[in-house]
Amino acid sequence: MSSPESNPIRDAIAEAISDHDVILFMKGTPEAPACGFSARTVAALQATGAKFAAVDILPDPRIRQELSALSNWPTIPQLFANGELVGGCDIVMEMYESGELAPALGLTEQPTPAAEPIGSAAPSAAQGLTIESKLS
Amino acid sequence: MPTAEQIKQRIEAGIPGASAEVEDYTGGGDHFRAVVHAAAFAGRSRIEQHRLVYEIFGSEIGGPIHALTLKTAVPAETPTAPTV
Repeated sequence: MSSPESNPIRDAIAEAISDHDVILFMKGTPEAPACGFSARTVAALQATGAKFAAVDILPDPRIRQELSALSNWPTIPQLFANGELVGGCDIVMEMYESGELAPALGLTEQPTPAAEPIGSAAPSAAQGLTIESKLS
Repeated sequence: MPTAEQIKQRIEAGIPGASAEVEDYTGGGDHFRAVVHAAAFAGRSRIEQHRLVYEIFGSEIGGPIHALTLKTAVPAETPTAPTV
């Protein structure tokens, strides 16, 4: 166990969450998701037109460990908006389908799902971000 | 490896009054889909509702249970708090 006083990975995660209005922790990248749940979440986010930062948790297993400890949420992906956990894939999809997702991300207008089906959005507003690079 | 029936029983035992429908959607004993109705969800956000279910399984989620897709709801006959 590492001491709670010195936890550079958790600090870097907390900083990334507070520095970005919308940030997704996922397996893989928005361009190349490494898991179906992450892929669906990215597609829903892109369909809202929201700009979001994305962190690939796969390069270092400690990222997932520390993220889940910080968020009290066991699964990946995890979406944060304005520093708060919005949810994982299931909740993001439910919110997308009910039209709650865009407002939760601070967008005032949401394209209707009919007009802009998931997957058709231009790739991608996402901004890549790495946690492990902050540790060197 | 757990079965869908075992996941169902653990959810129903872990959340008093809950009723769960659980499906092992790959047949591999590690990817499950659950619909859970519980009066205990009333007044809680979706995140809190899902946490109540996840907490039953602790570190098994992401371990032996690779995925537990959740849909949670308050039973229809239970009056729900107005959402803001």
